[in-house]
Amino acid sequence: MPGWIRAFATTKPRVTGGAVGIALTLALVIVAVFAGVIAPVDPFASVAPPLTAPSRSHTLGTDDLGRDVLAGIVHGARTSLLVVLSVTLLASTIGVSIGAVAGYRAGGIDDLLMRLTELVQVVPRFFLAVLVIALFGPGLDRLVLVLGLTSWPAVARVVRAETLSLARREFVEAAHALGSPAVRVLARHVLPNALPAAVVVVSVNAGTIILMEAGLGFIGLGDPHAISWGYLANNAQRFLRVAWWMALFPGAAIALAVLGLNLLGDGLNELLDPRARRVAGL
Amino acid sequence: MSARYLLRRLLQVVPAVAGIVLLAFVVVHTAPGDPAVALGGEHGDEAYYAFIRARFGLDRPLPEQLVAYATSVLRGDLGQSFVHGRPVAHVVAERLPATLLLMGTALALSSVAGVLLGVFAARRADRPADLAVRTAALLGHAMPSFWLAQLAAITLALGTGLFPVQGITDPRQAWTGWRHALDVLHHLALPALVLAAGELALTTRLTRTGVLEALGTDYTRTARAKGLSERAVVRHALRNALLPVVTVIGGRAGMLFTGAVLVETVFAWPGLGQLMLSSILTRDIPVLLGLFLLVSLAVIVANLLTDLAYAWLDPRVRYD
Repeated sequence: MPGWIRAFATTKPRVTGGAVGIALTLALVIVAVFAGVIAPVDPFASVAPPLTAPSRSHTLGTDDLGRDVLAGIVHGARTSLLVVLSVTLLASTIGVSIGAVAGYRAGGIDDLLMRLTELVQVVPRFFLAVLVIALFGPGLDRLVLVLGLTSWPAVARVVRAETLSLARREFVEAAHALGSPAVRVLARHVLPNALPAAVVVVSVNAGTIILMEAGLGFIGLGDPHAISWGYLANNAQRFLRVAWWMALFPGAAIALAVLGLNLLGDGLNELLDPRARRVAGL
Repeated sequence: MSARYLLRRLLQVVPAVAGIVLLAFVVVHTAPGDPAVALGGEHGDEAYYAFIRARFGLDRPLPEQLVAYATSVLRGDLGQSFVHGRPVAHVVAERLPATLLLMGTALALSSVAGVLLGVFAARRADRPADLAVRTAALLGHAMPSFWLAQLAAITLALGTGLFPVQGITDPRQAWTGWRHALDVLHHLALPALVLAAGELALTTRLTRTGVLEALGTDYTRTARAKGLSERAVVRHALRNALLPVVTVIGGRAGMLFTGAVLVETVFAWPGLGQLMLSSILTRDIPVLLGLFLLVSLAVIVANLLTDLAYAWLDPRVRYD
């Protein structure tokens, strides 16, 4: 076994995993932000003969209409990131608010909110999104809305659990005793301490949302005006026999983006939760 | 498991089902477009639309419509398919067995292989074999199922010719009996393996963590101190380690359906995925609505069974 493999294999996996996660996630953001610079070609423009295999001028080949696959992937990163960021923002806002109120108020309101959380948790997001897009027509706005309004329960549960235990700590009671209003105590003292746990859930959720957006694009329900990884994979389906590159590269981009977010989540989890560090999970 | 727990858990199903039916109703009613025009065509006059509204109860107040809708859904009446001209329940029921076969096979494969791999990795914790299993599990968890399906179709089906690319049987042969069963199995192999891969990653990961956690407990130390073989010790640990695995299998029903639908699309497997795809193209809303309700119900039942199994396996679970 060569030295570098041994070195890699014996490094603490969580350090390697977390670093790879940060690198992949950063790469996704950079590619999405600088899409126009990295691939100046219009992803919808026909720039070469159709179905040309990867070559020097078209690194990842072209599709059935002569569109550059690399340009499609680079610009598709934009769509993926936009969707995942908006959904995450919406779901986190709802999840943190509901979780904080439920955990802080306890009692009847807590019961009610947790029932609501359980109800939303059983909703099959993918099938609801299919129904909504079939009824309302394709578009990124409704996609974000459907996924955002159904993806908050995991966040709410974690924030509630944290808030529940934090609300009984001495420093919170001290703030109360000093006469701070409840909203201020919650915002200044409880939430900042509950957020790390929520961040872990959010980053793992983000991977699932990328997969779901890609899946919807793959069955032809993506926004026709925004090129997406799912759309590219859908288009590849009819040419599996003749153009392997059309299927291989967009899917690889999805896998790398999801892998990055998952590794980031695992890394954060082990960093923030000493119990998990002991077991050294994946 | 007490009768009280059983009853309370069963009662929780009621609000869940009610919530799903209400959600479906709200989504359909907020959608743009007039259902009377959709049913009667664009060139009818007002009297004709009024007739249609009265005929389908669209002129009655919304709460009344909701009650009527909920009643028929609970009776198993999911309406008529626009395209097939038959009850949605029949159309869906026809496609369900193929999807269940695919999902069942994948779940069985992933559960057995996942537990074996998880134990294998846990017993070699932090050694190269463990690292390899963990890396593979991470990759398996991140790969979109349709991509893995496409890669399998390109390499194993089109490349080697060992597996069929599409369908559930060979249309050129009219086999019956065991030849037919073998033919189905041959077609099932790739889609089932692909669908199992994603679930396998999760089961492996959870088993590994669970076994490692259990191996650090006092009762395993006692088992070791008694001089039990390592094999027997792991068997002790496994009982508790598998609890989270059971939970996750139940909780993943929705994701398993999603994966199945996507994998079916690649391999033209004649199940719910194919039905969904054609219903999207023909805008057959009643069928899509029926699929949403069916999968929701499956998720609710899977969650119920998981909770009951958990309470049965782990006597520490008390309901309050």
